[in-house]
Amino acid sequence: MTTIAANPADHHAHDADHKPAFFARWFMSTNHKDIGTLYLIFAIFAGIIGGAISGMMRVELAEPGVQYLGQWASWLSGSEATWDEALHMWNVLITAHGLIMVFFMVMPAIIGGFGNWFVPLMIGAPDMAFPRMNNVSYWLTVVAFIMLLGSTFVPGGTGLGAGTGWTVYAPLSTSGSVGPAVDMAIFSLHLAGAASILGAVNFITTIFNMRAPGMTLHKMPLFVWSVLVTAFLLLLALPVLAAAITMLLTDRNFGTGFFDAAQGGDPILYQHLFWFFGHPEVYIMILPGFGIISQIVSTFSRKPVFGYLGMAYAMVAIGVVGFVVWAHHMFTIGMTANVKIYFTAATMVIAVPTGIKIFSWIATMWGGSISFKTPMLWAMGFIFMFTVGGVTGVVLANGGLDDAYHDTYYVVAHFHYVLSLGAVFSLFAGFYYWFGKMSGRMLNEFLGQLHFWIFFIGVNVLFFPMHFLGNNGMPRRIPDYNSAYAYWNEIASYGYAIMAVGVLIFFINIAWAFIAGRKAEDNYWGEGATTLEWTLSSPPPFHQFETLPEIK
Amino acid sequence: MNFSNKLLMLIGLLFVSTQSVAQESQQPVSAPIAAPASETVAPPVANDDQTVAQSATEADSGPEYVPMDAVEGFGMPTSAEDDIIASMDFQDQKSDLGQEAYRINNYILLPIITVISLFVLALLFWVIVRYRRKANPVPSKTTHNTLVEILWTGIPILILIGISVPSIGLLAKQFEPAPQNAVTVKAVGYQWYWGFEYPDHGGIEIIANMLKEESDAAEGERFRTDADGPALLATDNRMVVPVGVPIRLQTTAADVIHSFAIPSLWFKLDAVPGRLNEKALTINEPGVYFGQCSELCGARHGFMPIAIEALPPAEFANWVKSQGGTMPNEAIAEASPEAEEATAENNETAPVAG
Repeated sequence: MTTIAANPADHHAHDADHKPAFFARWFMSTNHKDIGTLYLIFAIFAGIIGGAISGMMRVELAEPGVQYLGQWASWLSGSEATWDEALHMWNVLITAHGLIMVFFMVMPAIIGGFGNWFVPLMIGAPDMAFPRMNNVSYWLTVVAFIMLLGSTFVPGGTGLGAGTGWTVYAPLSTSGSVGPAVDMAIFSLHLAGAASILGAVNFITTIFNMRAPGMTLHKMPLFVWSVLVTAFLLLLALPVLAAAITMLLTDRNFGTGFFDAAQGGDPILYQHLFWFFGHPEVYIMILPGFGIISQIVSTFSRKPVFGYLGMAYAMVAIGVVGFVVWAHHMFTIGMTANVKIYFTAATMVIAVPTGIKIFSWIATMWGGSISFKTPMLWAMGFIFMFTVGGVTGVVLANGGLDDAYHDTYYVVAHFHYVLSLGAVFSLFAGFYYWFGKMSGRMLNEFLGQLHFWIFFIGVNVLFFPMHFLGNNGMPRRIPDYNSAYAYWNEIASYGYAIMAVGVLIFFINIAWAFIAGRKAEDNYWGEGATTLEWTLSSPPPFHQFETLPEIK
Repeated sequence: MNFSNKLLMLIGLLFVSTQSVAQESQQPVSAPIAAPASETVAPPVANDDQTVAQSATEADSGPEYVPMDAVEGFGMPTSAEDDIIASMDFQDQKSDLGQEAYRINNYILLPIITVISLFVLALLFWVIVRYRRKANPVPSKTTHNTLVEILWTGIPILILIGISVPSIGLLAKQFEPAPQNAVTVKAVGYQWYWGFEYPDHGGIEIIANMLKEESDAAEGERFRTDADGPALLATDNRMVVPVGVPIRLQTTAADVIHSFAIPSLWFKLDAVPGRLNEKALTINEPGVYFGQCSELCGARHGFMPIAIEALPPAEFANWVKSQGGTMPNEAIAEASPEAEEATAENNETAPVAG
């Protein structure tokens, strides 16, 4: 990709390391690295909550019958919960899990956290283009999250909290859910969406205007490419979500009938708008992961990325095609044959650039001199698990087959393979790859590898049986099931427990790093790590590149 | 005691396995008992009263309709304890289109995706073994190879084209409209039960609620027996249709979006308020088929199952009579006796004359 001439002056520019006092530094921050750190801490916090919710779901689903929901609903409301309130609790859990993991865990971590930290470092920029807007983005996300958590404590129809699913389909979310909970959830999405749009503007401006001399677009590291494509997806998709949920809001509160058939509206219109945002959204979550994996595979193979241009433009292609496939999420709404055939064909097309990426990563390793450090383990785990999630995506793309698969656990298995074993694997890979650079302390290699293997086994035991449940007809989003589904559900719940042990090791590892971790060198991965962040100290100075580096 | 149990089972088996036997046999012992009308939970139309009354008055005018017993393992999910392989696979498909979809999935797509996944896994193992630092201390500097890049773009395209041919063929068949004389059933989703309307059969209306377990049912309330079907899937009334005859299945909803799904028929169609969706469906074998609402619809989303009872056409006609409905041909025949012959001739795809 690039050959780097490190600027020796920069390394010693410690007068640039003057940091503001605690409150000004962390609550009024304009520093991309501090904001990135804030985002990562926030995402870990949200991930703990979202992960705990999925634990509650797996406990409830471990055996047939409704065992715990009534108790949880009673705790929430402070009074004995009725049967319907207990069941509503289930819908609140699935809604919260989805929204938290998408908007408050994966996106803040991968774009807000790693994007903020490493896009300026990798392109040789001193900071983001709009540092104050960056801060606004972050705090909007925090407020959005508080809004969402708060919605759990106010009425949402049958019980407390919003129980509409993360898709917020009308009319369940309009006439079907009386009470302020859904309004709060909608406002939360508005704020998170506004934060993302501001962030997207910031990234696009930064990448287009603040690259160091000589850093042409075609010399940019692939992680920067991936954030650039993601920023465009955010910029184009989120306003559509904002429009859709604003219409929900007016339908709910001001008597409009955008999605009410009785007033000449159409519930299906909401689904089109939502998925026009929702499908690019899944690429928003995974594309930066692609970028991270490319950096890591190249570093630990000690080889430049194979087919760099193909890799960059495969991401562009995925981004573009990702905008014209949305209705495969709605195959059963009763669309016409031609529409269904189009969306089947268009969806399959995405497999081609995705395949290019998978094979290019393997080709990067091919002929390399690979060392299997923790980040590389996560990256290789990502490549295989994303392949498995990708091929089930090709199956689901077939509109005719989807008549059986739609809204079953097969779909749940598919999107957790690409997100929980895809996006989350890339997050862990990035975390292990860059933690030393961000904190100045090294994580424990043994604990890291132990974390990987336990987590890898856990999530596979957790999610693979869901394919079987889906085949055999188990629908999504149900709190109780016929006993025929008991066996694989029980195994999936054991998988969750294994995975949870892995996460525990992750936190022990972080604590270990801060207590006893070795001090990180500037370039602790050695000669394979060629991007600009490795020319700086670990952690980098508070303001870096006061003299811009030259890229030859 | 033991012997009598076996005898009961035998009678039950005979009853469900062959239709003709069922007609001749005595009142089967294991047939579910019709609920006392006042106890059923059937908002808002309590048509059970009529049902019981009708069948009582018409009992002498023809063979009486008796609800079919559900058969373990038929039209329902398979437990891993019974058959671990079957519990990982699709339910046995009982429609031609379902069987075709199953074949495309299991004999074309499943092998392809398995081979691709294993291929990627094998490549990963190979690079792990061959290109680990110890085995290959000096990395190559190769970053391009036009031939392999063309191959790994071109071959996936060819595979996808290969998949799309049978896939789109299946889609086209799924969208073939039901013939003119198909039996029309309109399924209406409510929070949280299903309604089934038969506009061509004298406007029969059925309300189907999930049957509670014995432990959950109130005193005197009807509860689920194994003849009704599996827990959480059995309903008090069923959507009854003729077997081997095209059905024009329409779906809509009264409140929020629901989805009408029967896994063993490879069938799923959303029920959307303000819209009328329609799809053709032909069931090959008599039996009871179970499914569940498949679109999140509020608190009791997991508790509004669907049970279809597919009967031989003659028995379907009995059922229609028992519900106080009329077969379309009878209505025509009553209107103009001469038209009867012509109708019968045109009726090749739907021999429901009874």
